[in-house]
Amino acid sequence: MFKGMYNWIDERLDVTPMWRDIADHEVPEHVNPAHHFSAFVYCFGGLTFFITVIQILSGMFLTMYYVPDIINAYYSVDYLQHQVAFGVIVRGMHHWGASLVIVMMFLHTLRVFFTGSYKAPREMNWIVGMLIFFVMLGLGFTGYLLPWDNKAYFATKVGMEIAGSVPWIGGYIKELLAGGTIVGAQTLTRFFAIHVFFLPGVLLTLLAAHFFMIRKQGISGPL
Amino acid sequence: MAHGKGNSNEKIVYVGDSRIRKPHPDKPAPPDYTAFPGKSEAFIPNFLLKEWMAGVVVLVGFLTLTIAEPAPLGYPANPLNGAFIPMPDWYFLFIYQLLKYPYTSENYIVLGTIGIPAIMFGALFLAPFLDTGKERRFYRRPIAASLMFVTLIASVYLTWVSWHHYTKELEANGTIPEHIEREMKSEEQIAEGKGRYIYGKEKIPALVEPEDEAFSVTMKAQCIACHGTELQGQVGPMLAGIGDTLSHDEIKEIITNGKGDGMPSFKGTLSDDEIDKVATWLAKQKVAAE
Repeated sequence: MFKGMYNWIDERLDVTPMWRDIADHEVPEHVNPAHHFSAFVYCFGGLTFFITVIQILSGMFLTMYYVPDIINAYYSVDYLQHQVAFGVIVRGMHHWGASLVIVMMFLHTLRVFFTGSYKAPREMNWIVGMLIFFVMLGLGFTGYLLPWDNKAYFATKVGMEIAGSVPWIGGYIKELLAGGTIVGAQTLTRFFAIHVFFLPGVLLTLLAAHFFMIRKQGISGPL
Repeated sequence: MAHGKGNSNEKIVYVGDSRIRKPHPDKPAPPDYTAFPGKSEAFIPNFLLKEWMAGVVVLVGFLTLTIAEPAPLGYPANPLNGAFIPMPDWYFLFIYQLLKYPYTSENYIVLGTIGIPAIMFGALFLAPFLDTGKERRFYRRPIAASLMFVTLIASVYLTWVSWHHYTKELEANGTIPEHIEREMKSEEQIAEGKGRYIYGKEKIPALVEPEDEAFSVTMKAQCIACHGTELQGQVGPMLAGIGDTLSHDEIKEIITNGKGDGMPSFKGTLSDDEIDKVATWLAKQKVAAE
């Protein structure tokens, strides 16, 4: 029956070449941990993506309860962590996943660096990877404020002061990020929007470019 | 179609499919891995299942951490809290610490916020254009590899020093991080059967006889500035329900002579009669049995 459905769709949309691009391409032996245990270092990129998917899913569930408002933000986090079924697990996954995704991305970057995989013709993919790195740090920075506890507030304040110390444009960057002259109600809604809409949009676009280039150029050969 | 393996009675025939490329002598052909030695296999499902094994190991560790350590939450942000020690998340600590050194702070802050990070991240960003040799093995690229090793060691060191300073500072001030203190208070209250502790949402006992002259005249003139309009506590501690912990004489003693740095002596400001009335009224402030 599935074959029948597949053929029905394939006749109309010719999906087989797409399936071949996504799934049915060869993966060489030197990156396969089943053949060489040390090849697990080639898994870090895939694991970064895996944790990113977890972050997106857990984040989607968190927004069902989170309220981006200075009076209610803290209490909504408290509520979703203690009153909502599995809330402690979902928030825990998002909190620790944020660190784990940085760790994985860091290891992936080191693997690419030390195996020299960024060399020609893959320079552009390295640049896109670095942009993903900065977007992830931005997600970490904006997400840190959202629980609106003292730790979040004062860390963001320090971050703003550092941004403000940039010569000439520092004041503008600071005001643009904070949505005013102080870290307050505007900052929280702004960081929420950046964390939930702007940066994930940029991230997904960059990831698509990253994966497209890998498929186009293939995995770099064995050392 | 492509799926139908030489099936000639397909309904649509694509002509000039852009996805089928003619080999071009100047451009590299997309690699197939027949050039690589060994056993290649299909990405889905064969290879992905093997990668999933690595994924499972990570996932088990991740979920164990999540279950063992709930995500921390402190007390609600209070911009007036001057004693709070700011601390960014761990992956920003290296740059946070960098900005504490003499030549990367104060007058040289631009060197710390822009100079050094721009060189480091700029070099990392442009690595493919700086390290252009054909050699890929890191031990044959001594400059690139050693620069990376030095940067790694420096980042780990800066992160460690930053964390070390933070823990020392906590110890010196005798501060317990808020998220830990909050957990401890919650556990205490749950053990006492009072329900979980939520900062700012403590139950405030109702005032007994709020129309009494001692409160409506005397205390409103003197006490509510520190103890709150409903005696819920503000700068000074909560006085609602104080009758459960202190007796009439103890309260009288505190009002007359003051207590600690915060509570002033009211001897002279209030007459003995007024102090007695206030103490009598406060001693009646007991939590109503529910």
